[in-house]
Amino acid sequence: MVASPFNPEQQARFDAELEAALARFPPERSQAALLPALHAAQRELGWLSTETLSYVATRLKLWSTRVREVAAFYTLFRLKPVGTNHLQICTNLSCALLGGEKLLEQACTRVGARPHEISADGKFSVEPVSCLASCGTAPAMQVNDRYFDEKLTPEKLDAIISELERVG
Amino acid sequence: MSDRILTKHWGEPDSYTLAGYERIGGYKTAPEAFKRTPDDIVAEVTKGNLRGRGGAGFSTGMKWSFVRKEKATPKYLVINADEGEPGTFKDRYVLELDPHRFIEGCIIGAYALDCHAVYVYCRGEFEPGPITRLKAAITEARARGYLGPSVFGTGYAIEMHVHRGAGAYICGEETALLESLEGKKGFPRLKPPFPANAGLFGKPTAVNNVETLANIPTILQMGGDAYHALGCPKNGGTRLFCMSGHLVKPGVVEAPMGATFRELIYDRCGGIPGGKKLKAIIPGGSSSAVLSADQVDLKSDFDTLKGAKTMAGSGGVIVLDETVDMAWALYNVTKFYAHESCGQCTPCREGTGWAARLLKKLVDGRGEKGDVDLIYNIARQGEQRTICALFDGAAMPLKSYIEKFRADFDSKVKA
Ligand SMILES: Cc1cc2nc3c(=O)[nH]c(=O)nc-3n(C[C@H](O)[C@H](O)[C@H](O)COP(=O)(O)O)c2cc1C
Ligand code: FES
Repeated sequence: MVASPFNPEQQARFDAELEAALARFPPERSQAALLPALHAAQRELGWLSTETLSYVATRLKLWSTRVREVAAFYTLFRLKPVGTNHLQICTNLSCALLGGEKLLEQACTRVGARPHEISADGKFSVEPVSCLASCGTAPAMQVNDRYFDEKLTPEKLDAIISELERVG
Repeated sequence: MSDRILTKHWGEPDSYTLAGYERIGGYKTAPEAFKRTPDDIVAEVTKGNLRGRGGAGFSTGMKWSFVRKEKATPKYLVINADEGEPGTFKDRYVLELDPHRFIEGCIIGAYALDCHAVYVYCRGEFEPGPITRLKAAITEARARGYLGPSVFGTGYAIEMHVHRGAGAYICGEETALLESLEGKKGFPRLKPPFPANAGLFGKPTAVNNVETLANIPTILQMGGDAYHALGCPKNGGTRLFCMSGHLVKPGVVEAPMGATFRELIYDRCGGIPGGKKLKAIIPGGSSSAVLSADQVDLKSDFDTLKGAKTMAGSGGVIVLDETVDMAWALYNVTKFYAHESCGQCTPCREGTGWAARLLKKLVDGRGEKGDVDLIYNIARQGEQRTICALFDGAAMPLKSYIEKFRADFDSKVKA
């Protein structure tokens, strides 16, 4: 048995999510609960380590190579840690027409980390992201699980980062 | 009736609650639908000429009749809420601002398809807004007995489940979506068999877009003929146009199917900022072939745009003003497809990346003689040679930007 990566509280939440996900599908189709299980694990731990992937595999009776392969396919699953504030800035066409690419550069310079890296203080990571379905309020950004699609400008971006620096 | 149906009460503060929806007559249509036969409902939807709002514009009534013909059970209704096509942002608002209209559509759809489980596959980034609202709405509807073991007291059971994707454009393609829902990598499946014959877990499955389902209550309320009359021939109803790019007032605009781009851009969105001139229109998400400014009077329905060698697609209209360099725009778009290609098919995996690298060369001023033709040929030679339509979605912009705006490309080739 692979050791659980969770503390007792995390474990309880993870178990509840997994159980609910399994209940949504026919019993012989438990693999369908894999994405929900990975989301639940990542919500607790921030990212998915090899140990976590193996643990999820055991719980769903899947090969851990299979689980890793699935996790690696999807960009929202993080196979390495990210900053406390994970900034995702859209650079697809509707956003790029209104400055999305420059905002990405600005964010990287400001926090001192290149795309897909973490800032020295661990507080920030920045990455370009595919269309966030906020093209009507472009340019769009998402920070962790929060939308910032109110027509981002260089000034607003600066203010948001300052605010995030202050709160942690 | 005005041309506002889907957006009728978006401005109201409680539009997303059950009470808000019932105040405008919501949940009155589904109980009536249970008094009709499923075949009768499918016939009404067919008569309404509802065309799928996800991209392909296939007749919803016809798709449902294919699923009905299948003998295997259980059958599934799977909703595509992956909304990943750049330039598209309507399903998100339907789920956030009017989830109960969508749920009522799903109830009617499930009954018409003899199915008891509806899976809504939402893109992962929708967690904070749309997913939260949709889950709350399902809970509310279930508490009232509108979903659950006996919907509206009819004895007919329907459960709706929300499934969260994890950031992969390809999972919007319906068979990749099914693979993903089954817990696998989002690799599109070879067709046939089509999902209607063998879809989720190998069972007959209707895969439909969110906006498609949100239209169902209206069709049954007003009847197929009246609904059809709202739009234009063979394209029933209204559509949520996602207006973005260089516009004074971008946003979602509800207009009759077939509204012209001039109406959408100038009458509904205030035209182009700074008095600039129109250069190009991307009519149906970034996968569609681009239109030039002199095509602004084209109608936006599926058939007119197909005739103009492009597509109405997802309803994502991106407007480009005269300052845009089309080689830069094409590089931006092609990079996206190169990033999102699932890698299964060689023409797509290699072709999108190769074209993107060549375009980068041009944009950086390192273009060489022959590069532009090579980019064009990469698109032409890969077209329709892949398992799914992602590559075609990359090829349409590649070919059309070059055909229509060749000067923007040639000017970047070193003499
Ligand atoms: C690469 C690719 C991406 C797609 N993305 C979406 C999407 O995000 N949302 C959607 O509804 N349809 C998308 N589609 C279209 C679906 O495959 C399918 O046609 C649609 O969900 C059917 O629903 P409808 O008939 O109600 O439109 C995509 C297709 C392709 C080829
Ligand atoms: S293009 Fe940026 S949100 Fe759609």
